[in-house]
Amino acid sequence: MATVSPAIESHSDDHSHGNDHGHGHQQSFFYTYLWSTDHKMIGKQFLITTMIMMMVGGALALAVRWQLAFPWQNMPVLGPVFKLFLGEGGQISPEFYTMLFTMHASVMIFLVIIPILAGAFGNFLIPLQIGADDMAFPVLNALSYWFMWPAIACFGTSFFVGGATAGPAGGWTSYPLLSALQEAAPGSGAAQTFWLMGLTLVGVSSMMGSVNYMTTIINMRAPGMTLFRMPLTIWSMFITAILQAFALPVLTAAGFMLLTDRIMGTCFFVPAGIVVNNAAPTIGGGQPLLWQHLFWFYSHPAVYIMLLPAMGMVSDMLSCMSRKPVFGYKPMVYSMAAIAGLGFIVWGHHMFTSGMNPALGMTFMTSTMMIALPSAIKTFNWIGTIWGGNVKFNSVMLNCSGFVAMFIVGGLSGIFMAAVPVDIYFHDTYFIVAHFHYVLFGSTLFGVFAGITFWFPKMFGRLMNDTVAKWHFALTFIGFNGTFFPMHLLGISGMPRRYADPYLHPYLEHLLPMNQFITCSAILMGFAQFLLLGNFLYSMYRGEKCGRNPWGANGLEWSAPSPPGHGNFDVPPVCYRGPYEYSSPEAGALNQDFILQTEVPPDMSKIATAETAATA
Amino acid sequence: MKKFWALFFFFWPAVAFWSCWIARSRGWWFPASEDNPLGLAMSPLGQQIDGLFYLILGIVAVVFVGTQFALGYALWMSATKEDSKPAHYSHGSHSLELIWTIVPAFVLVFIALYQMNVWAEFRVQSYFPNETKEDGPKLEVTARQFEWRMRYPAPGQVLSNQPQAGDLYAVNEMHVQTGRPVKFNLRTGDVQHAFFAPQLRVKQDAVAGLIIPVWLEVPKAGKYDLVCAELCGWGHYKMRATIVAEPKEKVEEYLRNLEQEQNFDGVAPAAAEE
Ligand code: HEM
Ligand SMILES: [Cu+2]
Ligand SMILES: [Cu+2]
Repeated sequence: MATVSPAIESHSDDHSHGNDHGHGHQQSFFYTYLWSTDHKMIGKQFLITTMIMMMVGGALALAVRWQLAFPWQNMPVLGPVFKLFLGEGGQISPEFYTMLFTMHASVMIFLVIIPILAGAFGNFLIPLQIGADDMAFPVLNALSYWFMWPAIACFGTSFFVGGATAGPAGGWTSYPLLSALQEAAPGSGAAQTFWLMGLTLVGVSSMMGSVNYMTTIINMRAPGMTLFRMPLTIWSMFITAILQAFALPVLTAAGFMLLTDRIMGTCFFVPAGIVVNNAAPTIGGGQPLLWQHLFWFYSHPAVYIMLLPAMGMVSDMLSCMSRKPVFGYKPMVYSMAAIAGLGFIVWGHHMFTSGMNPALGMTFMTSTMMIALPSAIKTFNWIGTIWGGNVKFNSVMLNCSGFVAMFIVGGLSGIFMAAVPVDIYFHDTYFIVAHFHYVLFGSTLFGVFAGITFWFPKMFGRLMNDTVAKWHFALTFIGFNGTFFPMHLLGISGMPRRYADPYLHPYLEHLLPMNQFITCSAILMGFAQFLLLGNFLYSMYRGEKCGRNPWGANGLEWSAPSPPGHGNFDVPPVCYRGPYEYSSPEAGALNQDFILQTEVPPDMSKIATAETAATA
Repeated sequence: MKKFWALFFFFWPAVAFWSCWIARSRGWWFPASEDNPLGLAMSPLGQQIDGLFYLILGIVAVVFVGTQFALGYALWMSATKEDSKPAHYSHGSHSLELIWTIVPAFVLVFIALYQMNVWAEFRVQSYFPNETKEDGPKLEVTARQFEWRMRYPAPGQVLSNQPQAGDLYAVNEMHVQTGRPVKFNLRTGDVQHAFFAPQLRVKQDAVAGLIIPVWLEVPKAGKYDLVCAELCGWGHYKMRATIVAEPKEKVEEYLRNLEQEQNFDGVAPAAAEE
């Protein structure tokens, strides 16, 4: 891989060529940057793709916010863009509004959060952190990336195929019958179908990834890397992969059923005799609630797929930046396992008002309350990790602290909604919107921002600019809270979600100023992301060069060159201890506050005698 | 700078707390109106729901302040000590883990169990108020893209699931008697919708293929909002209707008027000779 960006390669400190399989391994641009089977390149591909998608999803969100703050007024900047591509959309029509929030959620969930965690970080970190030279199935890995593109194409087609007046109109949850009967949302025909195909392709991509991650983590750990010496990142990726593997097939099957309902009239989800928009009555025999059960059977575990990896990475980073072992490593592992296990039996909390058997409501309430417990344990342990540490106040640490602070809010708002009677009121209001943005954006994305800054040196051999990153953190944090905290209050005020014009209802009229405040905050937050992108691009070529271990961290990845060459390590690593032995006596014996997992244990007895000799 | 960032993490929860504190006086709280300035729930069940909400709010506020303070304080401790002092080397504490597992577990189980009966009263038919069992459903509410259709049985008749000759129809206006639980059947004519009466704290999805019994009780005469809370297409936001709560006689009068209107054949009595 000598051709991997020469600018980067040249300053991998003391880079050994012993690993380069000679120079016969020179590869063309195509094999290096496009069809690469190297997990690091695939990870970077995922990272850059998802960051671009994040900007797309963000633009859609700002369009949604525009309508809520200035209903039916011409949209600046974005309006002309939409007009150019869709022929319409300068002023948002109700149909277009429906499509905007549907696509915003779909892009953010399926093209940003899921692939950035498992795809980008999972790929980059798993082999490096367990001491493997690559993934178990490199070709499958490349395929998992390249299946994202047809998925993106399908989602893109669904957005553009019908112009601004017709698009996927079912929300990201796509409840039938709205999503099952073409007539229910005039013009959504091809769009909704493409949307479903996009969803399926994302699923295929994730499944290929998850098989790979499980196999790699089980089979390819370096000597000495026992299960309980694995960094929490690896544990979280492992548990996430298991969740994916078990939950995803259900969604895929359900997606195909909905697809055939739409195009062949199979009526899996459609009961008899329904007349929509003066079309002929349906033949029926199906049940719309079945879709909700199948969808949430996947999508509740999926919300943890969208969080657990961030939890793992944040645990790693907090420990490193506090120069202190993770507080309660095993409870952290067990609570992630508990979240994953319980995650399979709480899906019904999305359906409390759906009309399902009310006894089920009580069962799901209890299991949902229980799942808040491991979340609480993790929070306490994170705070315990920082407590008494020697905190480095850099942007990584700030983003991680932001993660913890925001996760607390999201977890606590979950308790209101887990309480069924209270959820009767809150279901499908802005309270829900506030809740899931606190967990998905507030937690996961802040964790991701930290992760990008933390592992950037390993990816590119250079550091990101910390001052810019701090500004990015501060502006995003302020914009974020200004955007989403008031949404709790909107929810309490009874403002339903997915309304193109809430102010039609007198009891919501007075909320307009607050919505305008929210939109301003959202714009601030959106533009702050350019700091991240700019910092990322600039630092890739101009950032301060760094050695193997700029943070003084312990993981195996930090014993490899930055960036690691083909095969990752100069010598196959051997792991002697857990990943969090910051400030341990062993580290002290080396006169530092960290000790790499690969460091041969220093002879403590000698040091001890030397010390006693000194004090005597 | 270190102290600044530690204070930053103290500061924002304070702002968050403050904004909740002033929310009610600013109108960012449960929907209020002139005769209900505090935004209280306008139904007995709603008041129980609000009670649960405030109970959880209390617990959550304590936990929020406690954990955010702990986080801020942990950062502050680091920000104010000299750099040379090493971190405290510890892998955790078994007894702390036990405490912070068991205490929240009790609180959560308590919250879960404490509200079972409110839920049962709202949704489990055998727990419905007795009056609703005696009276049977008073009307059928059918959600359609994008309106609410009411079907009342002809005066003196009982409601049946199939439309009957003599049934009375109205759109976007639902009349219920005050001071007595009223049961109605909820269904949809097309896609899924949800019956949401914010001031009454009632929400129930209308699902294709199901007829779902719902009840509500409004002690105080007045007009209350009825909106749709489940995405049902482009016009989701405009499914605006009114629940009119009024004394029994008024409801009866309304129904009589409705009947007259409906039976009126468009032919004025004077011209009846034709
Ligand atoms: C403390 C643990 C949590 C509890 C008790 C909880 C509870 C709930 C409940 C009851 C709902 C359904 C509310 C409704 O629609 O009426 C919900 C929605 C949601 N939750 Fe959570 N939650 C928790 C943590 C999380 C986490 C960690 C995530 C994601 C990382 C998450 C993501 C979501 C999403 C995306 C939705 C809404 C989906 C939609 O309707 O579009 N939640 N949560
Ligand atoms: Cu859930
Ligand atoms: Cu509706």
